[in-house]
Amino acid sequence: MSKLFLASIKENKEIAGSHYILTLSPLTKTIKPQPGQFFMLSVSNGLDPLLKRPFSIFRVSEKHFQILYRVVGKATEILKNKKAGDVIEALGPLGNGFPRIKPNIKPILIAGGVGVAPLFALAESVKYKKPLFFLGARNKKELLCINELRKIRINPVIATDDGSAGLKGTVVDALSAFLTRHSSLVTRHCIYACGPKAMLRELSFLAGKFNIEAYGAFEENMACGVGACLGCMVNTKDGLRSVCKEGPVFPLGEILW
Amino acid sequence: MVRLKSNLSVNIGKLKLKNPVMTASGTFGYGEEYAGFVDLNKLGAVVVKGLSLNPSRGNPTPRIVETPSGMLNAIGLQNIGIKAFIKDKLPFLKKYDTKVVVNFFGNAVKEYAEAARRLSGESGIHALEMNISCPNKQAGWIAFGTDPKVTFKVVSAVRKATPLPLIVKLSPNVTDIKIMAKAAEDAGADALSVINTITGMSINIKTRRPHLANITGGLSGPAIKPVAVRMVWECYKTASIPIIGMGGIITADDAIEFMLAGAAAVAVGTANFINPKATMDILKGITAFMSKEGINDVKRLIGGVEC
Repeated sequence: MSKLFLASIKENKEIAGSHYILTLSPLTKTIKPQPGQFFMLSVSNGLDPLLKRPFSIFRVSEKHFQILYRVVGKATEILKNKKAGDVIEALGPLGNGFPRIKPNIKPILIAGGVGVAPLFALAESVKYKKPLFFLGARNKKELLCINELRKIRINPVIATDDGSAGLKGTVVDALSAFLTRHSSLVTRHCIYACGPKAMLRELSFLAGKFNIEAYGAFEENMACGVGACLGCMVNTKDGLRSVCKEGPVFPLGEILW
Repeated sequence: MVRLKSNLSVNIGKLKLKNPVMTASGTFGYGEEYAGFVDLNKLGAVVVKGLSLNPSRGNPTPRIVETPSGMLNAIGLQNIGIKAFIKDKLPFLKKYDTKVVVNFFGNAVKEYAEAARRLSGESGIHALEMNISCPNKQAGWIAFGTDPKVTFKVVSAVRKATPLPLIVKLSPNVTDIKIMAKAAEDAGADALSVINTITGMSINIKTRRPHLANITGGLSGPAIKPVAVRMVWECYKTASIPIIGMGGIITADDAIEFMLAGAAAVAVGTANFINPKATMDILKGITAFMSKEGINDVKRLIGGVEC
């Protein structure tokens, strides 16, 4: 099975302002992605945009996989206008997903903004463990996937920067309040997160303070997705590591901020 | 129908390649990153990411930003060092029937010579490509690839340090590349790689900050192809040593264009990032072109431009 394949678009649907879910149906047999892994997608057959763009996996089924993306630039502007039936080239699944959750450990999932994509994938795969889910966004309009989470019986704790929904503040603030209330139980938890770098940074300090294992999915500009261009490095206690090949998931305690 | 098998082999001085398709340093890792996509046995040569005597950390991120039909990079020559390469990466490459070209650099003339000496003692390395042209190094270093006197000095020192075929990778960030080509040839280079990336810059107009942490970076991709073709042609007319052409090769047509301008072989760079099988598609395309045009030897393309 080649990691380089063509996929036909089944659906490309706007779910909130500037946020879309793209459903792809690979034309050949592909490797099943794990939550936290990602695909590089070509949005054009021409030379501009030139490089493929990385998108983490949002949902996997037998025949399809879904990507949740936010329109932020030239490539995603083009992607949002793709129609059902259009065929695009994809490379993946790439990188390492979230580590397997140990028995007797309660997962705490934390998502900031469009960072909810890989955590929704993780939530679906571990829903039997009834994970706690903290969902944050700048405002109510940008809160994503609340209904999808409720459908799998997860009722997220919500935080918005402006207080327009849930708690006013960041998801890390919300988690901090929770951990403080339940400090006797924390050793049986493990944190899985994705969101802006500043959020992962705060989270790593918080997890360190409570001595909880924590993993974060990282994002960096990258060209190749396979560990060749060395564009997407993060600084860790073991030296520089590539987000695309050695990540995108890293233990937060290993990161040098 | 009788089909004559076309001859794809080319010579880069003493280095004999089964076909003219190579990888460009820094875009193909140490070979293993792409082994799942490309049969490395089918490549003319694998050129590995630039190495130095000691490991190097490179620049802060963001290191990459896309620009119209191109990309800027400021990796900063991050690498694992020669020792780790020989121990951990070279054994893998030795398993393949291809030529291994090791790209390397130093921070002083002595370091260049020492690096070349270390690499020359290893079996499985078929040629050296000397990087004097990274645009992301400090001002003093840039002189290696932009001041012909310094170029002559450093290439001469490396020439004395290695019996391996020596390829010198030239910078396009000069007024007259012909002078640089001549300096490298006079100092004993066996071949020239033309061109490295072109220094560029890109600014986020909302934050008013450069997109790259390093502020400037090296431009590669189709955006630089006409500049590269012109420089290959200029070097071809000036120097009497073979040229490896590179700079924005995406398709077989691009590769053929470089050969017509004077390149004896081509190196595929940024295209690997877009399509991990790009080298194989280019090789197939060259063969198809030759068959269609009735060309039985790829060497007939070299310098074939009529002007």
